[in-house]
Amino acid sequence: MSFDSILIANRGEIALRINRAAKGLGLKVIQAHSKADADSLPVRLADQAVEIGPAQAAKSYLAIPNIIEAAKASGAGAVHPGYGFLAENAAFAEAVEAAGMVFVGPKPETIATMGDKVKAREAAAAAGVPVVPGSEGRIEGLEAAKAAAAAIGYPLLIKASAGGGGRGIRIVRSDEELAQQLSTAQGEAKAAFGDGGVYLEAFIDRARHVEVQVLGDGRDAIHAYERECSLQRRRQKVWEEAPSPSLDEATREELCASAVRLARHVGYRGAGTLEYLYDEARRAFYFIEMNTRIQVEHPVSEMVTGLDLVAAMIEIARGKPLPVTQDQVCLSGHAIECRINAEDPTRNFMPGPGTISALRVPEGPGLRFDSHLFEGYLVPPFYDSLLGKLIVHGADRTEALARLTGALDGLAVEGVPTTRALHQALAADPEVRAGRFDTNFLERWLEERAGTLGIGAKGD
Amino acid sequence: MATKQIVSPLPGTFYRKPAPNQPPFKEVGDTVAVGDVVGIVEVMKSFNQVVAEEAGTVTAFLAEDEDAVMPGQPLVELDG
Repeated sequence: MSFDSILIANRGEIALRINRAAKGLGLKVIQAHSKADADSLPVRLADQAVEIGPAQAAKSYLAIPNIIEAAKASGAGAVHPGYGFLAENAAFAEAVEAAGMVFVGPKPETIATMGDKVKAREAAAAAGVPVVPGSEGRIEGLEAAKAAAAAIGYPLLIKASAGGGGRGIRIVRSDEELAQQLSTAQGEAKAAFGDGGVYLEAFIDRARHVEVQVLGDGRDAIHAYERECSLQRRRQKVWEEAPSPSLDEATREELCASAVRLARHVGYRGAGTLEYLYDEARRAFYFIEMNTRIQVEHPVSEMVTGLDLVAAMIEIARGKPLPVTQDQVCLSGHAIECRINAEDPTRNFMPGPGTISALRVPEGPGLRFDSHLFEGYLVPPFYDSLLGKLIVHGADRTEALARLTGALDGLAVEGVPTTRALHQALAADPEVRAGRFDTNFLERWLEERAGTLGIGAKGD
Repeated sequence: MATKQIVSPLPGTFYRKPAPNQPPFKEVGDTVAVGDVVGIVEVMKSFNQVVAEEAGTVTAFLAEDEDAVMPGQPLVELDG
């Protein structure tokens, strides 16, 4: 299990984050990189760099044989997958282990189980973690449907078993509506998907996306509290916070305890995140899925707990037990992260690669900027548009928001479009400041401001 | 017959097909009308159509499927 060198099979800000954590533990850092990233900061700051293919991710960062070959040739003792790319690919984790190296993350079988939505839901139910209430399997006749509806409660959704991506869904609010809609829904499902099977699920209006950070060593598991990630555009998180402004103390404890139960149930190893839908009106939370990797927004959890999650996952991979007990994880203050992307929020978030002509990063107490940028760096067009993550910490949410406003004003990234202005507008928005938002908030908000972000708009 | 070129509007990855399991938009010998889609350039996970601004017949592809391309780089050669 022991190793003294680590290959980073990722790029951008997370590669740099892993580099720093690994060096802090005295490890030799080997950076795998595509041809397009040869001049990147993670490559420059690595002890050794290995090219694994051309610019396109499919031929480099996603090419398992190339990465295994690079890891073996460089004598790496372990491989860290970061997030995205191969981070949740069980076959990759298996290939790393088969080559005699340590995979920094969960066991391959855990990745496979938790990556399957049905199996993950079953594991959650077995661990006593609430899932979105629904009928047990398909519903055939109206009487069975009414009985199931009585158990779930209205409003609820009739969903096509074979549907997906939001298609084949009807909302019903009473027995009468259920009677009217059931056979129509079955007929439609048959016509659309060739399968007339439907099932019922509770309809959670205005849900929040709340997730719990867990850390396991394969034997025991702890949580590092929750993150609030409801501000999303096209299902991509834009702004994240810890803790969630929507939870009371009792609900928070219950939520986090449920996540630890599931992590223990699957013998979780490494850093992971359990995503939940949170129904603020009912104060009820429902497990949706687990991400078996370090997440983009992990810094907000680090800021409010003082943990170094990336260092912890490396140490766990080296065979060490959890660095702290649950009692030692204390929630302190409030943290917010803004994703600074190379996109133009006034032009429908059109991405814009290019050369960074000037860079000014705000500094001060409670500020952190996780980024791989430097002046003169050419942001390549081949990968996602994340330029950096601006993270602020304050004694409470009010102080964090004040620091965020100052930090956004002080941040200058020139040469490419950025989403900084979006975050400035959000940080000034009364609803955001009050913590009142759900997962559809940002899309509605952007629609109302139709490409202007409301900047300079009258009566706003 | 004059030779014309369709160039990449953006930096990124060029695709000749709408999806990996579908046939290419155009093949050599196909006719192209103004406004026809001849390929896609992916830039930072956003997919942008490459649209013909002139009509003609495809005589050659100057970039392969999944090639990295730069703005202004010729992608398709047309005759006509």
